[in-house]
Amino acid sequence: MNKHLLSMHDVTAEDVVRILDTAESFREVGTRVIKKVPALRGRTVVNLFYESSTRTRISFELAAKRLSADVINFSTGGSSVSKGESLKDTALTLQAMGADAVVIRHSSSGSPYQLTKWVKASVLNAGDGTHEHPTQALLDLYTMREKLGRLEGLRVAIVGDVLHSRVARSLSFGLVKMGADVTLIGPPTLIPPDAPSWGVQVSYDVDGALPKLDVCYVLRVQRERQRLEYFPSVREYSRLFGLTRGRVGALPEGALIMHPGPMNRGVEIDSDVADLPQSVIEEQVTNGIAIRMSLLYLLLGGSGSEEASADA
Amino acid sequence: MPEPKLLLRGARVVDPASGRDEVADVRVERGRITAVGAGLDPAGAEVMDCDGLVLAPGLVDLHTHLREPGFDHKETIETGTRAAALGGFTAVAPMANTDPVTDNAAVVHEVRDLGAQAGLCDVFPVGAITKGLEGESLAEIGEMVAAGVRVFSDDGRCVPSARVLRNALTYARAFEDVVLAEHCEDASLAEGGQMHEGYHSYSLGLRGQPSEAEEIVVARDLAVARLTGGRIHLCHLSSARSVELVRRAKAEGIRVTAEVTPHHLTFTDDDLVTYDTNFKVNPPLRTADDRDGLRAGVADGTIDVIATDHAPHAVEEKEAEFDGSPPGTIGLETALAAVLTELVEPGIVPLARVIDAMSPLPARILGAAGHGGPIEPGRPANLVVFDPAAEWTVEVPFASRSRNSAFLGRTLRGRVVHTVLRGALTVANGKPTR
Repeated sequence: MNKHLLSMHDVTAEDVVRILDTAESFREVGTRVIKKVPALRGRTVVNLFYESSTRTRISFELAAKRLSADVINFSTGGSSVSKGESLKDTALTLQAMGADAVVIRHSSSGSPYQLTKWVKASVLNAGDGTHEHPTQALLDLYTMREKLGRLEGLRVAIVGDVLHSRVARSLSFGLVKMGADVTLIGPPTLIPPDAPSWGVQVSYDVDGALPKLDVCYVLRVQRERQRLEYFPSVREYSRLFGLTRGRVGALPEGALIMHPGPMNRGVEIDSDVADLPQSVIEEQVTNGIAIRMSLLYLLLGGSGSEEASADA
Repeated sequence: MPEPKLLLRGARVVDPASGRDEVADVRVERGRITAVGAGLDPAGAEVMDCDGLVLAPGLVDLHTHLREPGFDHKETIETGTRAAALGGFTAVAPMANTDPVTDNAAVVHEVRDLGAQAGLCDVFPVGAITKGLEGESLAEIGEMVAAGVRVFSDDGRCVPSARVLRNALTYARAFEDVVLAEHCEDASLAEGGQMHEGYHSYSLGLRGQPSEAEEIVVARDLAVARLTGGRIHLCHLSSARSVELVRRAKAEGIRVTAEVTPHHLTFTDDDLVTYDTNFKVNPPLRTADDRDGLRAGVADGTIDVIATDHAPHAVEEKEAEFDGSPPGTIGLETALAAVLTELVEPGIVPLARVIDAMSPLPARILGAAGHGGPIEPGRPANLVVFDPAAEWTVEVPFASRSRNSAFLGRTLRGRVVHTVLRGALTVANGKPTR
């Protein structure tokens, strides 16, 4: 495994299997009364969050704590970050404090790459701009494999604003790597024109795609004003591309409905649809902790890890 | 300052203005060339042995950002012209996007005087086309012409309105040899664009700006030039289709010249995959096909001029997040070597064409009468001597106050040995003399 996880391009198919298998063994920890193993005792994990994301930060925090690591949270609200300190100076500070891993969420694509130039720690990309969100992709792969027993040959549609979605990018790269059959669906303005070069297919027709799917992965629609140049209205979006009650019956039995959260109920997904038994949105969240434990363990386990591996 | 007599002995003299390309001695006295030929008498002169070196007219940069007044934390006229001299330049044309903007004769005089004080390179300020670079009302073009300005540009931005451009081109016809230089970029298509729009922008998650953002304005500007009969110069072309548009316009007789930078002739959007902000430039680095189209445009003369677009930015500005970092690379100290390495060495463009694109042609556009050759007795001694075989690796420190070079770490072939400005050495044996 690479020292850092910046992009799904940093991991091989073998790495993915190892990450998922390791997560499998850690998932049980979350069901114990005492949800803790000493694997990363004495190691320091910093959550450096330049963009508010309670869910992802808490997931990483829990993962690190369940591995007994010391966790420090730097976020835009209450640290020097909000006083206009540069990314570089913040990085040098973390380096000086002896961080072993830095988990970074940033609104600028590529920031995790820049961070690797300034810190010796392992860098985990927790979402950078419109680039990638590899830990989300891995927890999604975990969830699909767990529920459907395999990844190879799975027919997965990713529906929505692919253009601006870091989740869609990482998940596409990951699924293609694992041999799944991926179709991106959305308004043509929100599908990157060169997406076929990623090894995926493109469609603008949700109804035509649904009956052939194993997984329907719904992306969040950004409702900000600037999105309105890409499609006429939220109403029209919902009608053409939303996973509605009327539409969901076309999915084959056993097909999964997934969403990276947070959902806009009634926009990209109907409220009732989100609560159907085949919707595994909550499991995604649970699995996120196990995946992040696995990643922290594998990325930090390489050095001085004798004790860690003995205890895991 | 009394300039010594110099005898530059035994260099290959490449002088596009006279067509000369042969080994010869060049004697320089009191700021002028006094003799060119074989076996010249060294009596009383400082002899510089130039065996194996190339001697050419001093380079002329038609597109420079010296940042002064207003942004002297990035560059000053002194540091910028020292960088220019080290790169073999004897004349530079600083763009008008300073603070205050060079949109009136007073700023023109200030910039030129600061250049003269530094004494490292002749400075020919570019005037703004519109007041404050706002794209609305015309700057005092006539007053700036009277102050010696020949090239006008709102560089950094495009003149947004075809009507304003039409009026500027028409108005400029009142003056001899005035050229309007356009930064071609459709603001609505390019807005927020961090790099070329294509495979890499989509996979890096960076907002792209398509080639068409440039081509649309190139096509518009050529049409407006046709409409007005005015002279237009298109800055730093980045797209192969822009080159094709210029090629057809020239065939049609439209009065257009065009320029390209060494970095657009060298790099592509492949180079951005590590988010290195030194490769963030405007217009953006595009595909290998675009780069090859630009090279072909230099080879066949469709692109007249190679200019640096030297764009210094402070370290802390460039070491920011990619989308927060300002676009630009410095280029004065690497331009000649980059072009020798990328175009001449592989046999894509002959040496004389490259020299033509970096000295006589920009000198003519700029109205820099003493520059660009010919290397003949009686002419001002503005010369460069370089070693075409010297290999070196680009690294800090630079003479420029900034170090945001896309060429950092790259090994180039060809290095400036001496630069002569009106008979005085500004660079001797690769070192600045002041």
